[in-house]
Order: sequence, then structure tokens, then C-alpha cells
Amino acid sequence: MDENLKQIALDNRESIVETWKNEVEKLKSQNYTSTISDELFESTNREFANVIFESINDGGSTKSVELFSEKIINLGWPLSYITDGLQVFRRATIDVILGTTKKVDTDSLSLILTSVDQWVEPIIRQLVNEYSGSWENIVSLQRVALQELSAPLIPVVEGITVMPLIGTIDTERAKLIMENLLDGVIRHNSEVVLIDITGVPVVDTMVAHHIIQAAEAVRLVGAICILSGIRPEIAQTIVNLGIDLEKFPTKNTLEKGFTSALEMTNRKLTDLDTKQHFDIEQLIKSIKGV
Amino acid sequence: MEPHSFIGIKKEWDIVGARQLGREIARKLGFGTVDQARIATAISEIARNIYLYAEDGKVTFETIEGMNHKGLRIIASDNGPGIDNISQVMEDGYTTSGGLGAGLPGVKRLMDEFDIQSEVGKGTIVTAVKWLR
Repeated sequence: MDENLKQIALDNRESIVETWKNEVEKLKSQNYTSTISDELFESTNREFANVIFESINDGGSTKSVELFSEKIINLGWPLSYITDGLQVFRRATIDVILGTTKKVDTDSLSLILTSVDQWVEPIIRQLVNEYSGSWENIVSLQRVALQELSAPLIPVVEGITVMPLIGTIDTERAKLIMENLLDGVIRHNSEVVLIDITGVPVVDTMVAHHIIQAAEAVRLVGAICILSGIRPEIAQTIVNLGIDLEKFPTKNTLEKGFTSALEMTNRKLTDLDTKQHFDIEQLIKSIKGV
Repeated sequence: MEPHSFIGIKKEWDIVGARQLGREIARKLGFGTVDQARIATAISEIARNIYLYAEDGKVTFETIEGMNHKGLRIIASDNGPGIDNISQVMEDGYTTSGGLGAGLPGVKRLMDEFDIQSEVGKGTIVTAVKWLR
């Protein structure tokens, strides 16, 4: 009987696909898929129909479903295209089969519903799995990418290292900051480390607490920590909160922080020899004949 | 009182969502950058308290219009364990989480009006208002 129904579905493939296409076309206008070109939509629909029937024919072929879902994911179409499409397919198939069966009693009706479900369900399951798998993959890749960016340590000159922090600091990131900072102090043999918070939008007690702890840990391994990039509004909120940042030097810009880091290591920035500059001016004057 | 909006606090990143929304509302009301930073920091503190101690709660924003000035009211409410001794948590340096203990007294200093009500076993409601000058 099940084989029988399958045969009916396969025999009426044309009319099922026709109804299905019309229904999906209607969904297109109210769905996110309205930006997709008609030709692409047509050809993808045709392919979708082929995949569905191939799967029914083979009793759940996985290869073509896999290829198709890969294609849809690459196109960036919403998952609802697939789930809606299969719902519509289920409805269309049931309609057509009921139309060809002369006598419908409750037993045969439930048999029809069950078999159609059995055709559609494995496809839905596989497509949804493929989709969520691809999302999970993207999310985990982004997490790794974010983690790489979250606490970078840059050795600028010998003995001076900078950690520029941009964006929100949460507990996990605070741990990473501490680890990278200490690791970097040892590895680069730094005497002074600058933590720059120009890009940190909010400094609340938690963030301040983590920075204080990091600075204290840096002090314990024998280096000095300078906090730079304290904007005026951040300075005011720190004062309002009553946070004590007296244990280490603070500067409002990275530039000033760097200058004082140089001073601490007995160095300073100087302009290159001005004599050469002077010579060139003389040269130009002599050319002009002044 | 204007229609208000709220953000549920369940995950650590909800704190960021709450203060971004709060900062946006504050900016639209016409608060300057310093007050925006104060408001965002205050939201951060009270939302973090929800995340740390109550696990589930929400931060609600209301714009209020007084006789001749406007303001922003922030209400943080939760159904958490509640606070046993409120005067103690309002002391600088008192902490149960190993933090700085500057959160709630800090919020009081950051904002213009501050109120905290708590019942052990029922939950806590923190209300803070910043007036537009």
C-alpha cells in the first residue's frame, strides 16, 4: 500500500510540482525571498522539487539533499524557504493523492498522512541539521577570531609593551587580559606595560577591578603598569564610583603614556638631527639665488 | 510618563545590551557625553548585580517629565534572594563577590536620585533617576 502511494505520487509528479510551485511563488512575495531574482528562484525551485522526488524515490537519498542544502546555505537563503517549501509540498502531495483515490476512509487517510510525513521528515531533519551545523560552525569560528583580537599585546620598543583594549570587557576577556599581560611581560622581558582603554566604552567597578588586579599582578612580576586612554567622562565616572587607581600611573592618551614609559626606562623621543634640515633650506636659498 | 522599554538580564552579555539601550535613550533625551557615561556605568552596575546574585531579572527604562525638567528613570528588578542588610551594601568597600564593593554606593553617586527596596527571598528593586540639566 505504501509502495502504491509512492507510485501515485511519482505518477502525479507533474501536477504536484505545479501546485507546489504556485504556492511557493505566493510565499515568495511575503517572504524574505522577495529580493531574489525570478530566474534563480525558478531554477532553485525546480532543483528543490527534483531533490524531494529523488529522495522519495530512493527512500531517503542523502547525497542530493546534502548538496542542495549546501547550495542554499551558500546562497544565503533563509531556512524558512526550506521549511515552508516542504510544508507546502506536504500539503500539495496529500491533496493530489486524495484527489486520485476514489474511496477515502479514515484508515487510508491516516496511512496517506503517515507516508507523506515519512517522505518529508527525513528531508526536513537533514536540511535543518545542515543549516544549524553551518551556523554553529560560523559562531565557533567567530568566537575564535574574537578571542584572538580580545587581548593583543604589542612589544613597541625594547622593554615597553602595549595592550590596546577595544570594546566591552566581560569576565572571560578579563581573564585573557591578565594571562596575556603576564605572559607577555615575561616573554618580551618588559619593564613597562601600557594598558590602553581608549576603546573601552564603559569602565564600571568590574572592569576597574580586573584592571587593578592585572596591574597588581604585573607589579608582582617586577614590571610597571601604566593605564592610558582615560577619557574625561571615564575619569568622572571612576571618581563617582570611588575607585582607587592611585597604585599605578594613569594618563589620558596612549601618547603620553608612552612618553612616560620611555622616561621610566631612561629614554626619550628626540627629533632627528635638525642640521640636515637646515642644510637643505640653505641649498634651496642658494638655488633661488637669495 | 512615557512608554518604557526593558531588557531582561540572564546572560553576561545582556548587561551590554541594557547599557547600550540606556545610553541610546539618554542620548536621545539630550544628555551630554559625561552623563551618558554615568548612566551607562550605573546601568552596568545594577545589571551586573542582577546577573551575579539574582540570575534573572530585568532593567526598565522610563523617560519622566517633571514640572520643568526631563529625566531618565532606571528600574532594575529581580526575583532573587534579596538583600538582608541594605545599609551594609550601601557602604563603600562592602562586597560579597570579591569585587571592589563600590557598585551600589557608586550608582547612588552617579545618579541624582536613588532608591533600593529589598525583601529577603522575594527580590530587589533598585530605582535610579538622572535629571537632564
